[in-house]
Amino acid sequence: MAGKKIAVLSGKGGTGKTLVAVNLAAAAKNSCYVDCDVEAPDGKLFFRPEIAETKEVCVLVPRIDLSECTACKVCVEFCRFHALAFGKKPVVFDEVCHSCGGCALVCPQKAIKETARIVGMIEKGVSEGVQTFCGSMNMGEATGVSVIRQLMDSVKNETRLTVIDCPPGSACSVMESIREADYCVLVAEPTVFGAHNLAMVYELALLFKKPCGVVLNKCGDGNNPSREFCLQNGIGILAEIPFDSALGKLNSEGKIAVRVDYPKKELFFALLARVREAAE
Amino acid sequence: MKIAIPVNESDMKSEVCPSFGRAPYFLLYDTSTKESIFIENPAANSPGGAGIQAAQTLIDQGVKVIIAPRYGENAAKVLIDGEVKVYKNLPGSAESNLAAYQDNRLEYLADIHPGFHHHGR
Repeated sequence: MAGKKIAVLSGKGGTGKTLVAVNLAAAAKNSCYVDCDVEAPDGKLFFRPEIAETKEVCVLVPRIDLSECTACKVCVEFCRFHALAFGKKPVVFDEVCHSCGGCALVCPQKAIKETARIVGMIEKGVSEGVQTFCGSMNMGEATGVSVIRQLMDSVKNETRLTVIDCPPGSACSVMESIREADYCVLVAEPTVFGAHNLAMVYELALLFKKPCGVVLNKCGDGNNPSREFCLQNGIGILAEIPFDSALGKLNSEGKIAVRVDYPKKELFFALLARVREAAE
Repeated sequence: MKIAIPVNESDMKSEVCPSFGRAPYFLLYDTSTKESIFIENPAANSPGGAGIQAAQTLIDQGVKVIIAPRYGENAAKVLIDGEVKVYKNLPGSAESNLAAYQDNRLEYLADIHPGFHHHGR
């Protein structure tokens, strides 16, 4: 039987996605952790996994045989991403290309061949029973979607609980990360800005018809616009993580709260139980 | 020869648009016929690759000179390949910049903007 896949996401960076995702996976003990935040992959700083396998991620990009090209510009007109242009000769923008292969299909001269280009890497490892899959993209790459797609492919048939640490925001890379998720955990800060970003990821979860709940992070005294948003929209609050300097210190040292002697670590086990129940 | 200027409005008095790729219109001026026309920039609302598409549009129109405040790396690659020269505009209208170009008062635009690509993720 396939294990449940839990995506942890937030509308902005620095909200606590990695804190929540790492602690959920570590609390589950026999689980998988997938770091889809390939632009800033920091899950491995916490898990410090023993690397068992490293794999390059490649995408296909067009290469045009200039001796065959007749300057018809059919490929330029076809490419909706504008990855191809033609001045005096064809110009290819590898970073803009989405690897659809359409240009090679439409070229009447068959002058376009697709060749592999390395865009990133996946490291598979293990950390105290947690299987880790960490993706990273090469410097200068415009999109991590291809790395994320391959990451998610690696855990397609996983039977254990899988926690997906998503990139921030609600754009393509997040959509790719939550596509296969059974449940979404939305992490939110207690600010007006935090509530605004929560609204964006909530809309995304609705769009993808994913059941979801909210973890309120950095909770202190005073009003919490993110909590108000949850109450107004009838969204379940899964946990409230206090604004706690001890937790902040642990985190800054790359320690995992549930694996050390953190007095409030029960909250992550309780969160795991609620998420498991909700994902069923 | 055709000269293009990115403009905010389809009007000779329009200011030069600060964005090349996402300018709403281009003024096209033909030095041989002395005719000015305005075309809509198909890349103005493009989700990506706007500079490339805008540059391609102007090359397809036969433009050889562009007057603009700045342009991006991707647009530059296409324009260099298309042997299009880019000059930096002076403050003022599209019309006054055309005059400035014809009086040799404009300088080559050397600095290429690295672009705002993907900063919002």
